[in-house]
Amino acid sequence: MRRLHLQSKVDNWLTYGLVIFAYIVIRILIASGNISSALQGQLVPITAYIVMAVSLNLTVGVLGELSLGHAGFMSVGAFSGVITATLLTNAIPMSWLRLALAMLIGAIIAGIFGFLIGIPVMRLQGDYLAIVTLAFGEIIKNVINVIYIGYDTNGIRVSMKNTSALRLDEGGKVILNGPMGAVGITKLSSFTAGFILILITLFIVLNLINSRAGRAIKAVRDDKIAAESVGISTWRYRMMAFVTSATLAGAAGALYALNYSTVVARKFDFNTSILILVFVVLGRMGNIRGSIIAATVLTVLPEVLRAFNEVRMLVYAIILILVMLIRNNTPLQRLLQIIGIRRRNNNLSTVEEGDDA
Amino acid sequence: MNRTAKKTRMVPLPSQSIIPERDKAQKPILEVHRLGINFGGLVAVEDFNIAVGRTEICGLIGPNGAGKTTIFNLLTKVYKPTSGAILLDGKDTANMNTVQINRAGIARTFQNIRLFPSLSVEDNVKIGLHNQFKYSMASGIFRLPVFFSSERRSRERAMELLDIFDMTHLASHRAGSLPYGAQRRLEFIRALATNPKLLLLDEPAAGMNPSETEELMSNIEKIRDQFQIAIMLIEHDMRLVMGICEGIAVLNYGKIIAKGTPEEIQSNPLVIEAYLGKKNGRLPC
Repeated sequence: MRRLHLQSKVDNWLTYGLVIFAYIVIRILIASGNISSALQGQLVPITAYIVMAVSLNLTVGVLGELSLGHAGFMSVGAFSGVITATLLTNAIPMSWLRLALAMLIGAIIAGIFGFLIGIPVMRLQGDYLAIVTLAFGEIIKNVINVIYIGYDTNGIRVSMKNTSALRLDEGGKVILNGPMGAVGITKLSSFTAGFILILITLFIVLNLINSRAGRAIKAVRDDKIAAESVGISTWRYRMMAFVTSATLAGAAGALYALNYSTVVARKFDFNTSILILVFVVLGRMGNIRGSIIAATVLTVLPEVLRAFNEVRMLVYAIILILVMLIRNNTPLQRLLQIIGIRRRNNNLSTVEEGDDA
Repeated sequence: MNRTAKKTRMVPLPSQSIIPERDKAQKPILEVHRLGINFGGLVAVEDFNIAVGRTEICGLIGPNGAGKTTIFNLLTKVYKPTSGAILLDGKDTANMNTVQINRAGIARTFQNIRLFPSLSVEDNVKIGLHNQFKYSMASGIFRLPVFFSSERRSRERAMELLDIFDMTHLASHRAGSLPYGAQRRLEFIRALATNPKLLLLDEPAAGMNPSETEELMSNIEKIRDQFQIAIMLIEHDMRLVMGICEGIAVLNYGKIIAKGTPEEIQSNPLVIEAYLGKKNGRLPC
């Protein structure tokens, strides 16, 4: 036990270390001008995707329920974050504070949505839960598509029809313009802010996993009936994981949206949910560091593959297939070990011994 | 068996159930009145009555499909009874769910072992201690002092419990990787960790050889003596049942066909008929 416990502690520090190290390296690269502008533009989205992947891993890997609507919570966080930041433009001149508040409000509202959606969703499990989360993700997208929000000297106005129905005064400003999305956003996000959000996310998720509540969540994942038989309320802990996951996705959404001048609800559709799920699966479910690496590599990859021009996405897809195959193929992994690409893995040691003899 | 030499005197209650004489001063830990459940039209359990004394080891036997596990599922509210009342420590449990039942003092093991296979042995026990060393989600995330003190105490307690079955050296192993017998013992420890007043064991000796069964029998008695709890067990191994149970109820087709001490049960023609299909013969014990 001491060994296993220590290992998880070492593991966590390794994860923090990796993130801090990557941040410092990229900072140096930026300072020395050794990073392409295209890649530099991807830095904030990468940090947002990392937070998304880590938070989804809480639902998919730790709780063991497949959620296909994670982008929906990102969307809620994105738009409530943008609205918060825009409304506070005059009240708070410090942009970092406005960003922090936008992320906080985005997180809280996404968390509330997570709770409300969780009430029906947590009655289900397995495939049924997955499909219902998918549906909620689509509902969120379509609802945001028809909301118009503006503000003027009289306060905030909301409409479901069009911008003229807002009847804004002359100095009024439209924040959310239905299918056109949020427009005229002041860009507040920065790579450093994203880095800090990743650290906060890691702090919350890793500490949660390695605590009483985290043990209960994992117990519910392994066996609901047994968990209830030892006095663990499955509803409570499934909800806890789901809401925490949604909250962090909300913060990531706010960070992501405030990196652009316009953001539309269509950006946070089913494809985005799947993309984040791919990060989690590729990084191995329940493995937080894996999620971080997968999110980074798969976001950078399309940029790196620009050389392939029009077959870029085809190459991307092929690489994805190959990586998934290697991850789950024992002979292939062994081959890689023999040629020394991969470190020997404990899970495989028994197989190898049998083979060598 | 030398074990049968140690006999308990059983005394009748007003409800016509029997409990050990030493427990008579206190209310029975469990009283069940006319418990029943139907699945659709099928009557799975009907008119089930039993009382279990504070420190009694009580057996529930019967042929396959008689409804023994269903009784356990009713007692722990995995199923909602369609009729009857279950009094735990004198209190009605009608409005409790599985989680509340456990907190009120009933813990159980399962016929087909249900551990948390991907977690370590130690974590499995700590999950059993979930409601005893409490701290909030926020104290866990922010690593407040209560986190460290509770985790330390919960770890110490887990090790104490594992030590009962000499399993401390397995603490860091994955529960799912343990051999079968160790998994059964771990499930037993996990149930015990919830600090129950009544422990339900569903076929604890299944798959064990005679010497392992022998060890299990002394462990069950040791735990009863050490923790002063009642234990109710379902078992097909008659040596175990007749060796350690003080009161036995025999179930067939969802109904109690006999209740009594091991000696009474062994000589009851109804029981022999239910098991062997003929009126004369001997139970395999």
